[in-house]
Amino acid sequence: MEKEIILSVKDLCVEYQADRGAVHAVSKVSFDIHKGEFFGLAGESGCGKSTIAFSVMRLLKGAARIASGEIDFRGKNVLMFGKEDLRVFRWEKSSMVLQSAMNNLNPVVTIGSQLMDAILANEAVSKEEAVKRAQKLLTLVNIDAKRLKAYPHELSGGMRQRVVIAMALALKPDLVIFDEPTTALDVVVQYNIIRRIIQLKNEMGFAILFITHDLPLMLQMCDRIAIMYAGKMVETAPVRELMEQPAHPYTQGLLQSFPSLLGPKVKLKGIGGSVPDLITPPPGCLFADRCFAVREDCRQKVPEFEKIGEGHYCACCHKLRG
Amino acid sequence: MSEKNTAVKFDHVKKYFTKSTGLFSHSTLKAVDDISFEIKEGEILAVVGESGCGKSTLAKMLCRLHDVTEGHIYVNGEEISGKLSRKKEREFRGKVQMIFQDPFGSLNPAHKVSYIVGRAVELHNPGISKKEVRRKVEELFETVGLTPPTDFMEKHPNQLSGGQRQRIVIARALAVEPSIMVADEPTSMLDVSIGIEIMNLMMELKEKKKLTYLYITHNLASARYMADRMVVIYAGNCVEEGEMEDVLLQPLHPYTILLLNSTPEPFREEQLEIHASEDLPDLTGPMNLCPFSSRCPKASERCRTQKPPVYQVGRRKVKCFLYENAQTEADVKLDAGIYQEAGDAG
Repeated sequence: MEKEIILSVKDLCVEYQADRGAVHAVSKVSFDIHKGEFFGLAGESGCGKSTIAFSVMRLLKGAARIASGEIDFRGKNVLMFGKEDLRVFRWEKSSMVLQSAMNNLNPVVTIGSQLMDAILANEAVSKEEAVKRAQKLLTLVNIDAKRLKAYPHELSGGMRQRVVIAMALALKPDLVIFDEPTTALDVVVQYNIIRRIIQLKNEMGFAILFITHDLPLMLQMCDRIAIMYAGKMVETAPVRELMEQPAHPYTQGLLQSFPSLLGPKVKLKGIGGSVPDLITPPPGCLFADRCFAVREDCRQKVPEFEKIGEGHYCACCHKLRG
Repeated sequence: MSEKNTAVKFDHVKKYFTKSTGLFSHSTLKAVDDISFEIKEGEILAVVGESGCGKSTLAKMLCRLHDVTEGHIYVNGEEISGKLSRKKEREFRGKVQMIFQDPFGSLNPAHKVSYIVGRAVELHNPGISKKEVRRKVEELFETVGLTPPTDFMEKHPNQLSGGQRQRIVIARALAVEPSIMVADEPTSMLDVSIGIEIMNLMMELKEKKKLTYLYITHNLASARYMADRMVVIYAGNCVEEGEMEDVLLQPLHPYTILLLNSTPEPFREEQLEIHASEDLPDLTGPMNLCPFSSRCPKASERCRTQKPPVYQVGRRKVKCFLYENAQTEADVKLDAGIYQEAGDAG
């Protein structure tokens, strides 16, 4: 049976207003995340992956504008939420862990009271109850409950990031967005944190939207992956399938840009060229200029995001498997 | 010639920083503690370690951007640590050049890139004509793949992408025709598809210009891609040194095992449960112990009271008591399993 859809993004377009005109940071992106799923969003810098995360949480500010599209959370359109709906939606229904979140803890308040703030602000519980809950949260992320009284500077970077993860889980959300949560950390710490995130996901049943540029990490952890390029989603597939049968030339190029640690040692090509200007994007496929399989019609026709296999979608006029 | 010449030699090098901890008190931070290794001519040696392990300090000492607290560094047999005469210093700069991590911070934004590269050419070829400088700069741009050079010469760094900027940094380094390049995380600020091109360029230049590299990275996979040999650094100590494939296939030191198994690798068959404390050692503390002993599941009392020497095990060097009596790599069998029985994580 198909699992319940937690988050559904349909034809999302986001623009940033710049002096020269609007930057089409995200254009016509659609995807679903199911209950308890570990969904990865990968792509290189500037591809719009963080913009999507911020759109889902309704955190876009200033020059950013959601031009069109729909974001449904359990069937309700997030873009229509009023103030009160949003307050409940954020943190209780979905929460977010940012890359440098560990540096966003208040340095003059103990981590315990910061954890309790989150609980007390949203739930009518007594202070004693909140302390107990905070202790439990810390142990969830493998930190001794006694450290509740510690100030952020007394903890290492990895521990602070764990505290932020504990905070994100404080109100048992259905969806947790991780935006490069371990990029600033060393691999040993990263490994421990990611393993713990997966364990907690399995225990608590929340869905994960995981954003990173570290494809090997994602291939190792996620259930399903979406690859973004220049504001568009170019391919989504279950992890194994994406690894073994990538259909989009960009996905193939990206997979071949990561040296392997244990696999065969081969010469990698990388992807030449650079991302097109997103203020005045060229007609046709945005990847055409860098694509090794480019044909004439690629520069005229905008490729549709089409189904090419079970759960496998690709936006390329000449899907390489077909 | 059977044996290649040694291009770089680190001989028991130490670098201590003095940190003020109060008005009259200070503590010593041991960033690099007794590191020795050699790089042969035409070789790429990777130095791998996590942040704060001292790998960048190592690079900076080789470039004479930090002085050495103790020990000696030799380049082509000549000592370069300590005071050098003006002439020697100039000579040295012509031999060793550095590629920095941040191509956004290492180029002067006020100058055109042709000036940035041309200035290096001018300084190292006194009396050279303007025309000749321009010719050389164009040649360098072509060498690093910025073609046609005229498209790039008149630009300022901010008009170039990260990858293009890093190519300018490499062109500037090549301007003095060095024989040794020190690359400190040259691709970590770049997108992977661009980073791999920079790595390919560096390897191409190695062949073309007969360069020797010290390649500093935290990424084991990129170390494997670039280098022939690897040195693993932990808390200022060189814990393992050996041929790249040897180390990756059968890491000897418990830290190397931990590092290797924590690195994401989609082709790994099973995912191990690794229990390891994340506590980094106190670099200002006493040094008569193995720095990894606080995290090592195999640590004994001796590891906490005595500093292990370097043992030669087969083709490899390991700084760990477990290999005291080992003759070959196969004598002691350790794998990621040691981190599974260790129990609760920190």
